Amino acid sequence: MSLLEMKHINKKFDNLEVIKDISVSVKEGEILSIIGPSGSGKSTLLRCATMLEEIDGGEICYMGERAAWMEGKKACHPGKEAMKRIQEYFGLVFQSFNLFPHYSVMKNLTDAPINIQKRNKDEVYKEARELLKKMGLEDKEDAYPCQLSGGQCQRVAIARALALNPKILFFDEPTSALDPELTGEVLKVIRSLADLDITMVIVTHEMAFAREISDRVIFMDKGVVELEGTPDEVFTSGHGRMQEFLGKFNQR
Amino acid sequence: MEFSVMLGQLAEGMVQSICIFALTLIFSLPLGLLVSFGRMSKNRIVSTIFRIYISIMRGTPLMLQLLVVFYGPFYLFGANIGGMYRFIAIILGFSLNYAAYFAEIYRSGIESMPRGQYEAAKVLGYNGRQTFMKIILPQVIKRILPSVTNEVITLVKDTSLAFALAYMEMFTIAKQIAAANTTFVPFIVAGVFYYVFNLLVAVVMEGIEKKLNYYH
Ligand SMILES: Nc1ncnc2c1ncn2[C@@H]1O[C@H](COP(=O)(O)OP(=O)(O)O)[C@@H](O)[C@H]1O
Ligand SMILES: [Mg+2]
Repeated sequence: MSLLEMKHINKKFDNLEVIKDISVSVKEGEILSIIGPSGSGKSTLLRCATMLEEIDGGEICYMGERAAWMEGKKACHPGKEAMKRIQEYFGLVFQSFNLFPHYSVMKNLTDAPINIQKRNKDEVYKEARELLKKMGLEDKEDAYPCQLSGGQCQRVAIARALALNPKILFFDEPTSALDPELTGEVLKVIRSLADLDITMVIVTHEMAFAREISDRVIFMDKGVVELEGTPDEVFTSGHGRMQEFLGKFNQR
Repeated sequence: MEFSVMLGQLAEGMVQSICIFALTLIFSLPLGLLVSFGRMSKNRIVSTIFRIYISIMRGTPLMLQLLVVFYGPFYLFGANIGGMYRFIAIILGFSLNYAAYFAEIYRSGIESMPRGQYEAAKVLGYNGRQTFMKIILPQVIKRILPSVTNEVITLVKDTSLAFALAYMEMFTIAKQIAAANTTFVPFIVAGVFYYVFNLLVAVVMEGIEKKLNYYH
């Protein structure tokens, strides 16, 4: 059974078709990278998967449970209970972190598990400290986001997502807002998650990273999946648009 | 007239002015938040109603509004408007007026919040209410504090408008004493009172701003 199944997804903004009949499935433990030129709909696809955007066509299932589907022209979701459960299956790491600036690092990590998931406080704090340690931020738990570098912020954001114990973690260009010298520390953390067998879907412009870390790569262009396969298959393919895309990258 | 007697009378007025000030804030700050929700409502009819309300409250003199609230019930329904109603009308008039100003301040603050904060909260499982109360509102309060301070300082001075309803607050009493004793002194006392009151307001608001300065 797939952890995530997106079937024939369509998404329009007004009359602009941004996602055109895309189907993606992600197995448990798999790492999928999504690459492609900007404006090709990568973020929108993740936002549909995480239900920040309503789909205009298709169906989304998590663990075989329907999370979004169409009835006529309208997107539907299951009831409150089921939705809450489905919501806990996934986490999302944003390009711009979106940490809560008025909360300390610790509170950013623990507020949702304690007050939303209603988990045991001591246990949550203990797990949060372990997570921060894993992120190399053990001395930052009382700091506020404004006191941290971009790389540290993004690592806190990753820890915040992990603190809810999601089954699958989405990353939307996690290093694009960072200075080049801070990119490495974030990629290193994501790599360390790969060793823990966490299922991940990563939208990235870090080609070497995508090639090295992924089990599977999708190349998107203009709202469609142009190529899909193992990293080697995709990066060495003779596909015209892919060649052009990689060419642009190598010039930079 | 003895200066101490005059001060005694003025002090009673000061207490009334402070009452008007405090009660207006207590009612208009939460009311303003509700009005801002109405103003931002997705329902076009609701948002239009609140838009008109705000526009009237900001577009007409507060003194006129006080007169309407006080005399309105009498002219409209022939209601008896004596006794406590004078004070109630003042608090009502001030609160309705200030709620409109505060509503626009809240709205600007809420609309200035980046969408990412809502989205992060949603993905983390916060519902709409939790998102607003825990994530959005605390940040909005910090953002709007300088504008709120401005309004609060204006309110201190505006309490003197209660003289339009001949309410025995600071300014009304100062005018009476001045007229009866042909002396300018009560106005000086009144001026000092409003000034010191506002100094205090500034100190308190600055204190709150400092307290919220632990992040930006
Ligand atoms: N909220 C929106 N409203 C209108 N158009 C949007 C919106 N979000 C994205 N788009 C458009 O959808 C297209 C795909 O955007 P996006 O998914 O962000 O691409 P990518 O992440 O691959 O760069 C772009 O043309 C973009 O302008
Ligand atoms: Mg994007």
